[in-house]
Amino acid sequence: MDFISTFSIFVMACFVGYYVVWSVTPALHTPLMAVTNAISSVIIVGALIAAAAGSQADGGQIAKWLGLVGVVLASVNIFGGFAVTERMLAMYKKKERK
Amino acid sequence: MRHALIGVSALLFSTPALAASGEAVNPWVALAYLIAGVLFILALRGLSSPETSRAGNRYGMIGMLIAVVTTLVTHDIASLPEIGVAIAIGGGFGFLMARKIAMTDMPQLVAGFHSLVGMAAVLVGVAAYLNPGAFGILDGAGEILTVSRIELGLGVAIGAITFSGSVIAFLKLNGNMSGAPIMLPARHVINLGVLTAIIGLTGYFSVMPTADSSTIFWVILALAFAIGFLLIIPIGGADMPVVVSMLNSYSGWAAAAMGFTLGNTAMIITGALVGSSGAILSYIMCRAMNRSFISVIAGGFGAESGPADGAEKIDRPWKRGSAEDAAYMMKQAENIIIIPGYGMAVAQAQHALREMADLLEEEGVNVKFAIHPVAGRMPGHMNVLLAEASVDYDKVFELEDINSEFAQADVAFIIGANDVVNPAAKTDKSSPIYGMPVFDVDKAKQVFFIKRSMGGVGYAGVDNEVFYMDQTMMLLSDAKKMCEEIVKAL
Repeated sequence: MDFISTFSIFVMACFVGYYVVWSVTPALHTPLMAVTNAISSVIIVGALIAAAAGSQADGGQIAKWLGLVGVVLASVNIFGGFAVTERMLAMYKKKERK
Repeated sequence: MRHALIGVSALLFSTPALAASGEAVNPWVALAYLIAGVLFILALRGLSSPETSRAGNRYGMIGMLIAVVTTLVTHDIASLPEIGVAIAIGGGFGFLMARKIAMTDMPQLVAGFHSLVGMAAVLVGVAAYLNPGAFGILDGAGEILTVSRIELGLGVAIGAITFSGSVIAFLKLNGNMSGAPIMLPARHVINLGVLTAIIGLTGYFSVMPTADSSTIFWVILALAFAIGFLLIIPIGGADMPVVVSMLNSYSGWAAAAMGFTLGNTAMIITGALVGSSGAILSYIMCRAMNRSFISVIAGGFGAESGPADGAEKIDRPWKRGSAEDAAYMMKQAENIIIIPGYGMAVAQAQHALREMADLLEEEGVNVKFAIHPVAGRMPGHMNVLLAEASVDYDKVFELEDINSEFAQADVAFIIGANDVVNPAAKTDKSSPIYGMPVFDVDKAKQVFFIKRSMGGVGYAGVDNEVFYMDQTMMLLSDAKKMCEEIVKAL
């Protein structure tokens, strides 16, 4: 994709983010941070590409290992972030009053 | 130079021929990443209410699965077993952490997670720089595309700042490092100098031949690690909500920069979402302290302890109450508003507090919780703790929704908060917290103030008029112990 198309997506997504985040209830701001943490680990895509590439180029072998470490770090975040969000959200409930 | 300029404009306004990467070719792949991005939007959208939030979280998980699987099936994977092991190690560790972490330690956990996103961004950026062919960012002559170099330079710089800044935030929040601001001489000059150098070098990096650029690349990276460290050490503990939100934002921008390099929609959308989310949270936190973002980031707040009015402080009369007094008077009350603060988290008093509130409700008392946006060490920290103690979220209110009710409240029960109830913010123009929105506890008929001792002052280092009001009774004890004693007395 060329730069202008990707940049357009970026700008639009910033606006979407702006409106969506303002609608998040303040009570859920901590889960919001935890889940944004998890989704920003979509950077794992880049780490996977580096790890998968093997060594055609000079730096390929080093890049592969850096990619694998990146996969580990991003996985900590993905699993940890979603799991901790799930755990927090499960605590927000209305009590049944007897 | 002329050649470089033509190169830049050609890159910006035309589609570079990406021979190495299949992503730009197959519309289904692009569509899959787009769907992942949309699912991430829905994940945040779900958080607009507790009822829809869990479904939102599931959307996020599905989005991530789609992004990962799409990447794996569309690239020639030379090392699937290694990747599987890497995911298992990281995922297992992350999952265990998420299970075991105490809710009071959530700010540290989030700061720690931010540092990992930052580091991952750095690693991806370095890998792309070392093996540009695999990322499809080479031009015909074997040079890294100019626009990709700007993205790479900025991406690793933001990632490195996120990493080192978050590590410092983690150490401060976790108590491995003093929460007090550490002030270097001439730090503003140093910081501005380093930032300018990073931006300047990134510009230089984008125009020089790839083969000669490695020194510059590593210098940018090193400077960015340094600036993240320098930016966060002068910021004190109670400003951490702003810092953690800001680093949250940075981790998003880092992911977006890498998304540009890869031309990956899911990463760009996510980066923009997370970036704006963190920025908005920082803004909300700053507004709740009536301070500008710049003044928080400049740091040093709360470093100088209270001025010379210490002598005057000793003479002021105040009343000390006991758990029995508090229990007796709260039983008689009709409306009670409880104001929790960071002290409640430190003392782990949320469960004892909920027990107290339950007993009072059985006596027919109307109990509500009031939460200031900057209470605790991260946005929404108090809400999570009360939710953990299974306080009904319908009973928990935000500052602007409940502040008018203090006039009708019989009791304001302050547990571990201080600056957020200080009337000096409304009246004393010389006070460092002047203009900060605070709870009108002075309007309540009776105030109970749990505090460990009369000696300490709040984070802002200012005395609190509330201590000396006629209707105030100080309950000097550990917050948890005091709540337990009140429960016994009830």
